Amino acid sequence: MVRQVAHLLAPWIHLGALYVLFHGHTSPGGGFQAGVLLGAGTVLERLVAGSSARGMPDPGRALRLGAVGVFLYVLLGAFGIFWGRAFLDYAGLPLAMEEAFRRYWGILGIEIGICLAVMAVIASIFSSLAWDRSSSS
Amino acid sequence: MLPVALLLLLCACAVGVLLLSDLVGAIFLLSCYSFFLALLWTFWGAADVAFTEAVVGAGASTVFFLLALFQMSPVARTRKLRFRHGAAFLSLGALGLLLFLGVDFPFFGAAGSPAHLHVSPAYILRAMSQMKTPNLVTAILADYRGFDTLIETAVIFTAGVACLLILEGKRGPSAR
Repeated sequence: MVRQVAHLLAPWIHLGALYVLFHGHTSPGGGFQAGVLLGAGTVLERLVAGSSARGMPDPGRALRLGAVGVFLYVLLGAFGIFWGRAFLDYAGLPLAMEEAFRRYWGILGIEIGICLAVMAVIASIFSSLAWDRSSSS
Repeated sequence: MLPVALLLLLCACAVGVLLLSDLVGAIFLLSCYSFFLALLWTFWGAADVAFTEAVVGAGASTVFFLLALFQMSPVARTRKLRFRHGAAFLSLGALGLLLFLGVDFPFFGAAGSPAHLHVSPAYILRAMSQMKTPNLVTAILADYRGFDTLIETAVIFTAGVACLLILEGKRGPSAR
């Protein structure tokens, strides 16, 4: 029963998380909340898929994805320095559009970075904890 | 009326968490606490905070607590309750002090309160023209206070690395 409900729920959690991520400009939520939802949804899916922890994401490998997220944030912020602006002023992004829209897309970019970092950390901790249980029993 | 009822439920949950000797039950009560807190934030118009509270407080941290608890032996899943007079006196004193100092606070939503006079008028006026973002919380978090959010993301990542070292480290390199 729990397995069936979780199986039905997981894709909708992912869909909701993507909505939260990409509509952070106009509605509540953003990268952080979307990251938690994505991480939890992924682990929920894996937890119910098999009884063993074999399908769980490797905690160390998941954290590498998190490092990519943090790096994406720093990279997008660093563009401003080379185009004569302040660090983290996304108007420095080399995009052919108005200043305000460059900031708009910069915000979306760093939200994706935050989302990756949070998702990776949540999935990493989840799978560390869940893996331990299956090995000890 | 509704916030008062929610606050009472919140207090009931908090007391229940303290008094329950069954730790699994206490974890679920803690989840209820976060849920009522999220409803309160929604009522007061802090939708972003409510969202985070619901997702992290009621969702992720509950599962973390449960997974951590299931690692322990069944004996460790209940606890003996001990009443400590010194601790009770300290926390009641702190509560009294906070209530006493809270009298001087501006009323909820007061236009003349310091929080509404410093930088927030500038944010409200400029967010739309500077970055086309109607959600001010996103505008402030991601752009005006981008440096804070960058460091926060780094802190979360560091916490993840620390958890990995603690949880995987005790197992030794050959376990996986």
